Amino acid sequence: MTKLRVLVAKPGLDGHDRGAKVVARALRDSGVEVIYTGLHQTPEQIVEAAIQEDVDAIGMSCLSGAHMTLFKTVMDILKEKGIDDIVVTCGGIIPDEDVTKLKEMGIAAVFGPGTPLRDIVDFHRKIAGK
Amino acid sequence: MELVERLLRGDKRAAAKAISLLEDYDKKAADVLGAIYPHTGKAHIIGITGPTGTGKSTLVFALAKEFRKRDKKVGIIAIDPTSPYTGGALLGDRIRMGNLTLDEGVFIRSMGTRGHAGGTSRATADVIKVLDAMGMQKIFAETAGAGQSEVDIARIAHTSIVVEMPGLGDDIQAMKAGILEIGDIFVVNKADLDGVDSTLANLSLAVEREKPSGWKPKMLLTVATEDKGITDLADLIEEHYDFLKESGTLETEGVERAKEELRAALSQHLFLRVLERPELIGEFNNLVQMIAKKEMDPHSAAEKLLGLAGIA
Repeated sequence: MTKLRVLVAKPGLDGHDRGAKVVARALRDSGVEVIYTGLHQTPEQIVEAAIQEDVDAIGMSCLSGAHMTLFKTVMDILKEKGIDDIVVTCGGIIPDEDVTKLKEMGIAAVFGPGTPLRDIVDFHRKIAGK
Repeated sequence: MELVERLLRGDKRAAAKAISLLEDYDKKAADVLGAIYPHTGKAHIIGITGPTGTGKSTLVFALAKEFRKRDKKVGIIAIDPTSPYTGGALLGDRIRMGNLTLDEGVFIRSMGTRGHAGGTSRATADVIKVLDAMGMQKIFAETAGAGQSEVDIARIAHTSIVVEMPGLGDDIQAMKAGILEIGDIFVVNKADLDGVDSTLANLSLAVEREKPSGWKPKMLLTVATEDKGITDLADLIEEHYDFLKESGTLETEGVERAKEELRAALSQHLFLRVLERPELIGEFNNLVQMIAKKEMDPHSAAEKLLGLAGIA
């Protein structure tokens, strides 16, 4: 009866959370327990929330252009704390040339604009079946 | 168990993992509960309930900050509804509690109701035990937005706070049985809105009646977003806790609570005892079909399953 839990987080200062909310809603409708952090979270807050909520995955959304710094900090803190059982994904306005770098950082998937919700849901279903 | 040792030392990651085991009814759940149980019973459990949108999360956030100032460690369990159709949930209470996330002396966990009616989830009481054992001193359990009969929280909490706001309900609604009977403290939040007087007048009916313990419920105005009335509310929460201790109610209610816990555990274990057995799952499905066709009633079907499981 393990239920998939996903933290949907908005790091940094941008206030555009429509995308994050649409993804949260789609995951909810696929049977996931989604914990939404709200806006303006620091990387430290995101990791700590993920720990306390014992989530299987973190999905971050950033539209401000600061993703390389913010997402990297989150990955660094996770590594520092020895957390390797949380899958991290991201979305937002992310240039193609950054996608490879993000994956090298350990981010499992990058869901850019136009990604069908079905893909995001299926990706998380696969985590559930791990 | 290493996990339990770590959580008893206050390790949040271990506590979070233990909570998941309890929520998921993992095989290890009983071991975890058994190991932490002797370390529980020290925390003051405060239930916060009331209709959707009255500001329960914001109030919990304000109270948590206040009790941190008073040097208490604070645990928060925030419950939101699980979809009866998909099993999914959007747990959004953290949004209002952001700044507490990094406080060493605070632990916040969001939970879905997972098919349980009554504003709590089946695992809520067990999850509170984890926070208690890890050393949290004030534990707030915030229910899913409640209607009239979500009174489960009163069975779990020492102090029940019912949160209302101006403009909700009338005097007849205040006379109905249910949620207004369980409050030890009634908070009219958003007290900067119009209509406070009539809300207070309506609630006064609920406040008049003493609880079986002899405690007379109290009413209080707050504006949680501006921290108004929060110090008084925290004082009142402490006053109620002192009353429970001095009057011996804490002890007598503890026995009642133990009875409820045993009842709940018994029904859950009976349920699992039957459905854990692969050969009975087929029979379960057959009986479902028979009940749907009106060939058998659900009570006889339950007896039959218990018989097959060797319990009846």
